Amino acid sequence: MLVYVVTHSPGWPEVRTAFFNWDAYRDSFPEISRAFLLNVKIFLIAEAFILVFALLLAVLRGLPGPVFFPVRMLAIAYADFFRGVPTILVIALLGFGAPALALDGIPTSTTFWGIVSLVLIYTAYVSEVYRAGIESVHPSQEAAARSLGLTRSQALRWVVLPQAVRRVIPPLLNDFIGLQKDTALVGILGSVEAFKQAQIEVSADFNFTHYLVAATLFVAITIPLARFTDWLVARDRRRRLAGRLV
Amino acid sequence: MSGVKIQGLRKSFGRLEVLRGIDLEVAEHEVVCLIGASGSGKSTLLRCVNLLEPIDAGRIEVEGEEITARGVDVNRVRRRIGIVFQAYNLFPHMSVLRNVTLAPMKALGLSRPQAEAEATELLGRFGLAERRQDYPDRLSGGQQQRVAIVRALAMRPGLMLLDEVTSALDPELVAEVLSVIRELAAGGMTMLIATHEMSFARDIAGRVCFLDDGVILEQGPPEQIFSSPQEPRTRQFLDRIIAAGRL
Repeated sequence: MLVYVVTHSPGWPEVRTAFFNWDAYRDSFPEISRAFLLNVKIFLIAEAFILVFALLLAVLRGLPGPVFFPVRMLAIAYADFFRGVPTILVIALLGFGAPALALDGIPTSTTFWGIVSLVLIYTAYVSEVYRAGIESVHPSQEAAARSLGLTRSQALRWVVLPQAVRRVIPPLLNDFIGLQKDTALVGILGSVEAFKQAQIEVSADFNFTHYLVAATLFVAITIPLARFTDWLVARDRRRRLAGRLV
Repeated sequence: MSGVKIQGLRKSFGRLEVLRGIDLEVAEHEVVCLIGASGSGKSTLLRCVNLLEPIDAGRIEVEGEEITARGVDVNRVRRRIGIVFQAYNLFPHMSVLRNVTLAPMKALGLSRPQAEAEATELLGRFGLAERRQDYPDRLSGGQQQRVAIVRALAMRPGLMLLDEVTSALDPELVAEVLSVIRELAAGGMTMLIATHEMSFARDIAGRVCFLDDGVILEQGPPEQIFSSPQEPRTRQFLDRIIAAGRL
């Protein structure tokens, strides 16, 4: 139905040449693919930091007792702030602002500041995912661990976190996919990643097919990511039900 | 020297006072059973002895050391006291062997081969050698509870606390768990056991304590408690148990 409406609309012939031009697609594909490697690089570097920082933030937020009240408050304030500010604004502010300080020792690479921005934002999101996982582990598990004489941090490390992380793999992947897509925002700083490269191509011949190239590349990498997680989850379940360590 | 000495123990949850002054002594190698209705404070008492619940008043000594004193290292205390829960609370993401070796390795600092050798020996003694690589959700309830007992024993505790360890089991699986506990008693383990299994309590206990509304209302040798209870509340409780066909 939708396909029919679109392909029979009065403007369809022009849209087809401007957006679905096979020649243009083939022309720009190699250049944009090369630029896309930068997206993958940004994604991988950011993700590594996010997974660690977010876990740290989630653990800090779960610290018990009045002594850690300020720590908990800071963690909450951080998560609230960075989930509230639009990603593109953080990237613009840090990416244009930080290098402009012209301080010695502060990197001026836009890609660097793009990665920093993504880490700041996604750490806030991912820590919430971890936190949900930690809270989903029944308190009796920690009680059992503590009753055996393990310290609080040992119980967390060996009993609570492994179960929590297993449970949140699917929602974590959701955030991975979001992050992979948001690497395109670093393009606004001038880093030539896939979206920026596509923009360059578009402004050269006014054919929007180049955006389609970037889009297919993003889809091509996020779908395997989704399948990979499904596989991980299935394998974990299979192992436990088979009752054997593989 | 006594295994456990509890004096004037009080514990409240919010406004609800669950333990209202408990005095109880368990000699070394003695087996004491706690009986009483649900909510009478049996589980809370055991959790207090293992320092899983902070107490409001009173003191607890284990093997001569006051464990409720200020500045006592709770982790060190818990290593000497094994507790087994009604719901097993095994770690579902670890094999049986890992469940048993985790605490000896992390808390006692045993090497992996040493911990595994000891765990294998213990598992074998309780008929679980075959299941050492299995994950808990592949085991029957009775097997899981036996693994939980082995997990506690692997810390070589001087005192075992058993909190209604057969309550979650299907009737046909109760016997295998009770026989493990009998074996521990025969080996001289000091035990404080909260249970609903009256015939088992009569069998195994050197002394039975009837808890009612947060106090030990009556205690004595099992023959006396079960055949000629002095307190009307004890009699009422036992009559209900008999009516339910559990004695």
